[in-house]
Amino acid sequence: MSEEIVLKIEDLHKSYGDNAVLKGVSLQLKRGETKVIIGPSGTGKSTLLGCVNRLVEPDGGNVYLENELITPHNIHKMRQKIGYVFQDFNLFNHLTALDNVRIGLVKVQKLSKDEATQIAMEQLKRVGLAEKANLYPSQLSGGQKQRVAIARALAMRPKLMLFDEPTSALDPELIGEVLSVMIELANSGMTMLVVTHELGFARTVADEIIFMENGVIVEQGPPSKIFTNPEKERTRQFLRRLTELYGEDKV
Amino acid sequence: MPILLKGTWVTVQLTILGLVLGLVIAVPVSFGQIYGGRVARLLCSIYERVFRSIPLLVLLMLIFYGLPEIGVRPAPFLACILGLGIRSSAYQSQIFRGAILSIGKGQTLAAFSIGMNKIQAFRYIIFPQALRYSIAPWTNEFTVVLKDSSMAYALGVVELLRQGSYIISRTYEPMTIFLTCAAIYLLMTISANKIMQLLERRLQIPGFEIKEVSH
Repeated sequence: MSEEIVLKIEDLHKSYGDNAVLKGVSLQLKRGETKVIIGPSGTGKSTLLGCVNRLVEPDGGNVYLENELITPHNIHKMRQKIGYVFQDFNLFNHLTALDNVRIGLVKVQKLSKDEATQIAMEQLKRVGLAEKANLYPSQLSGGQKQRVAIARALAMRPKLMLFDEPTSALDPELIGEVLSVMIELANSGMTMLVVTHELGFARTVADEIIFMENGVIVEQGPPSKIFTNPEKERTRQFLRRLTELYGEDKV
Repeated sequence: MPILLKGTWVTVQLTILGLVLGLVIAVPVSFGQIYGGRVARLLCSIYERVFRSIPLLVLLMLIFYGLPEIGVRPAPFLACILGLGIRSSAYQSQIFRGAILSIGKGQTLAAFSIGMNKIQAFRYIIFPQALRYSIAPWTNEFTVVLKDSSMAYALGVVELLRQGSYIISRTYEPMTIFLTCAAIYLLMTISANKIMQLLERRLQIPGFEIKEVSH
């Protein structure tokens, strides 16, 4: 892992009306790092990811990708370098799996169709769905949809991948196939910021766990520390509740 | 019969020109309602409400007899197209508005997330999906305009119905002639539905099946 900083978030603020969702969040990711954000729902985890590539307009604070400040002016360029995976997949319903992966390459990056097809097929192969290339989203299972969505993000050759609860909308038996793609990705050196409740995944691949609550980072540290010996009582409570909910083996 | 066919041709012209005019007005109106600022949204909504609420016959009378008072004197045929087109535009704008809004916000977000700008997101992601959702209700609107083109009778445009009544004034066979007119309308409506069905099938994609409702 190099010391080069890929993502730097500085003092991010966001409110919806009177409701302050992010109250000054700062963090950074070095190249090849995977950080996992955990925390109760409604504490601004997804909003934080959204603010990184400005799918949610932040009220204050700065976000840098490879030392370049992300602004409304360079946003279309910057978003191409940031892969975003949504909780409910958001595959383009009128396009085949192949076209879902290819459309950004053809229409945004203006690659030739042949070149785009080649890259798209490589990415579909990577997520194990090359043989489903010509199926439409409605013909795919949830797990397959999410893997296509990951391939779509990867095809743009991003510097950073953001995952917003990528397995929360999936049936339990489909979670594994998505997680294994993500684990492979993390091991291959992709820089990843992941919001998830999958503590098993967090324990396996995360370099750091970030516990967020009420719009601030309560505690962060390596999984070994956070899971076995957290400093804050609040972190301890949250983890205990998750363990009760999902059982010891997943944690 | 050849005379009735001449009238049928006028009916077809009224329908198609009315629909096209409606389409041309409806697209910007629906865009205004969805993407416009406050003023644009308000204006487009007022337009849509007003012209959906005025009966077509009243609208035709206003255009044909009202406009000359302010110095505009449209020919009956033109007045009919204006009336049909304006009324249809109000309905068509709602078809497009509904179709565009039925495409989830997630589709736009996903388009943005791979670097598309607003225009690209609309062109490549929203529009192709909205188009498919529009076909069934648009087919319905097609048949409504087709049938309502018979109101042109009131302004003296010699379309199918008026040709029919001319014949009746010579032959005194209202039942036969009006039934023939009705059959021609039926035939046209069925063909219109068939054409749109073909189009729908050509554009069909798994996951986008909608059963059409014909009137």
